[in-house]
Amino acid sequence: MTVSILHRVTGSGMATVGTLLLVWWLAAIAGGPQSYAVFHMVFAEFGKGVLGYIFGIGLTLSFFQHMASGIRHFILDTGAGYELNSAKRAANATFIFSVLATIAFWAFLLGAK
Amino acid sequence: MRGGTELGRVRGLGSAKAGAHHWLTHRITAASNLFLMLWFVIAVARLPGYDYATVRPWLASAWVAVPMILLIVSVFWHFRLGLQVVIEDYVHAETRVALMFALNFFVVATSAIAIFSILKVAFTAAAGVPA
Repeated sequence: MTVSILHRVTGSGMATVGTLLLVWWLAAIAGGPQSYAVFHMVFAEFGKGVLGYIFGIGLTLSFFQHMASGIRHFILDTGAGYELNSAKRAANATFIFSVLATIAFWAFLLGAK
Repeated sequence: MRGGTELGRVRGLGSAKAGAHHWLTHRITAASNLFLMLWFVIAVARLPGYDYATVRPWLASAWVAVPMILLIVSVFWHFRLGLQVVIEDYVHAETRVALMFALNFFVVATSAIAIFSILKVAFTAAAGVPA
């Protein structure tokens, strides 16, 4: 139940907020140094990059959660995994995966720079 | 309920005969999204920095520009189908029609801007155009 609703929430969030940020980023690169400077200012410099962290962590957590429950959907599409216990276990696994993957992503990102 | 014959009352309320295609395309784009988005997340994480001097030549490379265009097509198509399901489930009557219009305009406009931006960066990189 929660996983199913979260699939819609994360999907809708990425489709709107994520799309606008991705398109802004690409258009800012294409627009040249000055337009990229605005994007960089908003997400990397303003308040030590607080907006970059808020949107970045929100979007990566949404992505990994949507990806994990999407893979769960593929398995459910085959007709498997509907028993209460295995359904519950797979649902919990999507949360564990998305949190761990998000932590790993940001640890790598911040550790590598 | 409005009058008329029994046939007249049910006309237009049945399947649009596009459901299976919608369902299948949603799954196919989900599979391509899985590969393209994993590439994107890893590629972005591996960038040495996010300043203009790093990001522009990265995006200009064919090995980035092409998968990025594929990602835009696959991901945007997928979210177009997904948001349609959300709209159909929670919004009704005229508002639904208006939101579907808005969704279609949104996905076409944003994908056009994204693909144009990628192509512009890729095609002006080698020409020595001042970055």
